[in-house]
Amino acid sequence: MAGHVSIHNVSRRFGAFAALNDVSLDIPAGELVALLGPSGSGKTTLLRIIAGLDFPDSGQVLINGEDNVARHPRERGVGFVFQHYALFRHMTVAGNVAFGLQVRPRGQRPSKAEIKARVAALLDLVQLGWLADRYPIELSGGQRQRVALARALAIEPRLLLLDEPFGALDTKVRKELGQWLRDLHHGQAITSLLVTHDQAEALELADRIVLMSQGKVEQIGTPAELYTRPASPFVLEFLGEANRIPCVIGEGGLALLAVSGHALAQSVEPGQAFASPGAVLTLYVRPHDLVLEARSDGPAVVRAIKVAGAFAKIELMLGELALTALTPLHRLPSLHLQEGSRARLIAAQGMSFSAAGAGGSVQFEAPRALVMA
Amino acid sequence: MQMASAKCVGLRRQGGVVNVIMITVALLFMVLFLLLPLITVFAQAFAGGISGYVASIVDPNTLSAIWLTLIVAAVALVVNVVFGLAASWCLARFRFPGRLALLTVLDLPFSVSPVVAGLMLVLLYGRQGWLGPWLEAHNLKIIFALPGMMIATIFVTLPFIARELIPLMEEQGADEEEAAILLGASGWQMFWRITIPKLRWGLLYGVLLSNARAMGEFGAVSVVSGNILGLTDTMSLDVKALYDGYNIVGSFAVASLLASLALVTLIAKTVLERQFLGRSTKEEVSA
Ligand SMILES: Nc1ncnc2c1ncn2[C@@H]1O[C@H](COP(=O)(O)OP(=O)(O)OP(=O)(O)O)[C@@H](O)[C@H]1O
Ligand SMILES: [Mg+2]
Repeated sequence: MAGHVSIHNVSRRFGAFAALNDVSLDIPAGELVALLGPSGSGKTTLLRIIAGLDFPDSGQVLINGEDNVARHPRERGVGFVFQHYALFRHMTVAGNVAFGLQVRPRGQRPSKAEIKARVAALLDLVQLGWLADRYPIELSGGQRQRVALARALAIEPRLLLLDEPFGALDTKVRKELGQWLRDLHHGQAITSLLVTHDQAEALELADRIVLMSQGKVEQIGTPAELYTRPASPFVLEFLGEANRIPCVIGEGGLALLAVSGHALAQSVEPGQAFASPGAVLTLYVRPHDLVLEARSDGPAVVRAIKVAGAFAKIELMLGELALTALTPLHRLPSLHLQEGSRARLIAAQGMSFSAAGAGGSVQFEAPRALVMA
Repeated sequence: MQMASAKCVGLRRQGGVVNVIMITVALLFMVLFLLLPLITVFAQAFAGGISGYVASIVDPNTLSAIWLTLIVAAVALVVNVVFGLAASWCLARFRFPGRLALLTVLDLPFSVSPVVAGLMLVLLYGRQGWLGPWLEAHNLKIIFALPGMMIATIFVTLPFIARELIPLMEEQGADEEEAAILLGASGWQMFWRITIPKLRWGLLYGVLLSNARAMGEFGAVSVVSGNILGLTDTMSLDVKALYDGYNIVGSFAVASLLASLALVTLIAKTVLERQFLGRSTKEEVSA
């Protein structure tokens, strides 16, 4: 039975430093949840507390309704893939994977032949069968990560905690293993919490994303929710690039803040009034929401055009404001833009947050696009 | 390695006179202070021929000294291993108030002269010592007896293993132990299957060092043993006793045995060092 994890108001301090600050989180059984956040935000600390390797100063961690601390690790059924692998250096790859089965009490221990077969199957799964007799020192970083994964899976955990398990892998293997981890969840036999730095990976694999910052949960939601309705500028900027455009609330609605002396934008009506006229705020526009039209009298100047894969990245100056736009490569010729050409900008969609940071975000969706002309 | 040898080549070409002087001085000192004395020991030991040598060794007093040395060293070894593991476990794995003080105290046997160490034991356990009356009342004899010699040897060799293990444990961290626990290992299984194998080279190295010291210890043991011939004489004490009694051949025969033990230890240490260094640098990468 997969584990249902509920974390209630967990705090953990190291000296005066709060590594976790009142974290509450619910991970339903069978879900694959990605834990995302900048370095030092407390991801590993949270994972260790869920596993029972560390203890909260206050708060509670329940797995299937039971307090984790009370149970022996053997009965917790937690598989842990350490950020730095933590492979047993004096054991072969096969020995590492077999360990969890070999240390079971006699009654529950599979026979030697069974263990051997299980280990072989697991190593095939992570495509390392041919390295079974090597020692960890003789493996590449990516191979070590896969051994760590196989070792954690050997005990058939109901909860899998993965601390950046794919960090050292190349994109192809990373995608394969990610997909494979995804598939593991179709049977609903396992719950996973996956720490990752890679927001693309989180958006693609996870049922839900937990975004952390400075020991706090910033937002919890499905990848789509986090991407389209971020709760704060931090979330918005963490999940992909965004242009910051300073604006002021004008009489008729939102206006682009004066750049080089004169107002460049025509006013548009915000979707929702959340600040009083005259208030200054920042409008966030993702590069792919910034549409360009070549105009000799346009306010923006193209500084550089860089091709990155399927997209072209266009760097612009709007007065003193540097902006980035992203356009599919095949559409670049039809834009008739070169370095130095002038353009008019249309923000097809944008977001803003009230000064208090609370809730209010505005979306400028077509046809009420923000035109900077 | 390549860098080092390249450097040597450079020096060899440019060093000239300095090289010649340095090498001569080093060789001279090695021969004068290390090699010649060692040769003398063996030469003197065999001055009376093989039969004289064997006769001095099979002397009951000498045999008893050898036996005593081995017993004392063995007991000290067991205590040192247990203490070394426990102390390094506490000091390397946990941070607590007074930890630094403990680390300093651990070095005490290194900095205190062995004779002073022996005297401290006499002051504590001797007839006039703090615990003397109580020991006497319970008919326990420590000073001028085997227990005292064991305690003295343990005192001077105590830090060797712990000092070897603490940095090793700190460098290795506890990740593997944590992984073992989460995989379902009991504390006992974790200790025997993970911790001990991880530390094995350092442990063996510490064992050799402390053992060499235990067998060769003179000062502390001399103070607490009372030099009762055939009863509380270790090999080191025996060498001096025989020498003082003008039994030169006997004295050097025992000394040659001790020297041989030391040589074997040194060779074992060198072999281990190679293994250990090679391993630990490689293992560090995987950790
Ligand atoms: N044992 C410890 N003692 C003191 N501070 C600690 C300890 N463990 C973690 N911290 C601090 O707590 C904070 C959170 O650490 P944590 O390892 O959870 O970060 P993380 O989100 O996993 O970062 P990364 O993505 O770099 O792995 C960091 O600032 C770290 O310095
Ligand atoms: Mg981490």
